[in-house]
Amino acid sequence: MRRIVIIGAGQAGLQLAESLRKGGHDGELYLIGDERWPPYQRPPLSKKYLAEDFADARLFFRPLEHYTRLNVDLRLATRATAIERAAQRVALANGESLGYDGLALTTGTRVRPLPVPGAAHPAVHYLRGLDDAQALKQRLAGARRVVVIGGGFIGLEVAATARHADCEVHVVEALDRLMARVMPPVVSDFFATLHRAHGTQLHLGAQVAAIEPAADGSVEVRLGDGSGLPADLVVAGIGVLPNQELAVAAGLACDNGIVVDEYARTSDPLIVAAGDCTVHRNLRYELPHRLESVQNAVDQAKVAAASLLGQAQPYADLPWFWSDQYEVKLQIAGLSAGHDSHVLRGEPSAAGFSVYYFRQGRLIAVDSLNRPAEHMLARRLLSGGTHVLPAQAADPAFDLKALLVAT
Amino acid sequence: MPKVTYIDVDGTRYDCEVASGLSVMEGAVNNGVPGILAICGGSCACSTCHAYIDDAWAERVGGPNDIEDATLDLANERKPTSRLTCQVQITDAMDGLVVHVAKND
Repeated sequence: MRRIVIIGAGQAGLQLAESLRKGGHDGELYLIGDERWPPYQRPPLSKKYLAEDFADARLFFRPLEHYTRLNVDLRLATRATAIERAAQRVALANGESLGYDGLALTTGTRVRPLPVPGAAHPAVHYLRGLDDAQALKQRLAGARRVVVIGGGFIGLEVAATARHADCEVHVVEALDRLMARVMPPVVSDFFATLHRAHGTQLHLGAQVAAIEPAADGSVEVRLGDGSGLPADLVVAGIGVLPNQELAVAAGLACDNGIVVDEYARTSDPLIVAAGDCTVHRNLRYELPHRLESVQNAVDQAKVAAASLLGQAQPYADLPWFWSDQYEVKLQIAGLSAGHDSHVLRGEPSAAGFSVYYFRQGRLIAVDSLNRPAEHMLARRLLSGGTHVLPAQAADPAFDLKALLVAT
Repeated sequence: MPKVTYIDVDGTRYDCEVASGLSVMEGAVNNGVPGILAICGGSCACSTCHAYIDDAWAERVGGPNDIEDATLDLANERKPTSRLTCQVQITDAMDGLVVHVAKND
């Protein structure tokens, strides 16, 4: 293959570029990103970067020389505007047009905008990219009262950081518990207690009706019940939308994400896609799904690179994920969606516990709180399909590691 | 700036200068040392920045912290000198440090 173009210079795009070179692609390689930054880590943006004096450059995965060494033509602040599949060309906003023999889409996601009146107020911030984080950090430095809209991972990490900065913090969540989409009630309740213990006010089952401007540049967050929360800073973390417009316009199959098979191939044999933007198949699961995670960006990008190189290997890696809130490290192995039972290992406390999820008697996922060794063990148990009985998982005296050795 | 030597799995040496305050992982990544993947970005969540501190330095650098110890527990080929390099912060006293990259792929 002579020229491969990668659209999207995030973690998946970088991994694709590196895997292509490692896999033997010695032709031209373009990595095109619409942000002005070279590929960088997003997870610290809601954690360390926001909380500490943390130089931007420490977020960058690789120094700029690396791209030269790798002979990757890295185009920053460059937006791709169209994919002309028949001509095998990508049009760029600067008027350039790049022919391709293989194309990879790693376009990621963007934040879901807050759908209420007044949401365009400058006190309302989002967190997705480094530019967002810079603006948020600046606003946070002068803020005393912070309202976080959305009790998911991003919102809660930002809430913890804002409390750390001694702000008065309110979290408004539409559902009746935190992280409800992916966590069971026992974990939601544990985190609710944790955040409250640190002085954050939680408003569960509460709707935001409007953002109303106040005289001094601050706002009042109007809730559905008519009450108001004054805020110098509002952070909305209510989910993301896949960047699929280029793919849709090019006639590629999309369904809340760019649809790819287990080889990360789109409906066009010359085009692969990887990372947050894809609705994909993983051999471990019956149904296609979209996953916003470092693990998926990296592992699926490797699959996509192999497919472009004609060395196709199906995607079967175990999903994993983590979130840091205060002194609690939550680590997730596997996907718990579709579980029909779960057991606890240990009692919910800051000392740590885990939740083991089963479906038809098979272990499918483990959430660990302050149990990093157990998380790593769970990844091994799940990856290898080790049989674990609910009673074994629930018995803290039972040595789960012994099961691993036995298989 | 402290000098740090990374030796990758193929035995290739990378003599690097790493500013005090950065982690051994960041020093490797900034200098393009292969094998230090650090895909979690230094959150002590993934064990893909695993390396062995050279015997001559192991005592001075010290052992893993609690979370790191647990994360290392099931890393590939753990040894007594194993560390997750995202958890090892470079200080001026570490000038001359030698680390051996583990199999992280």
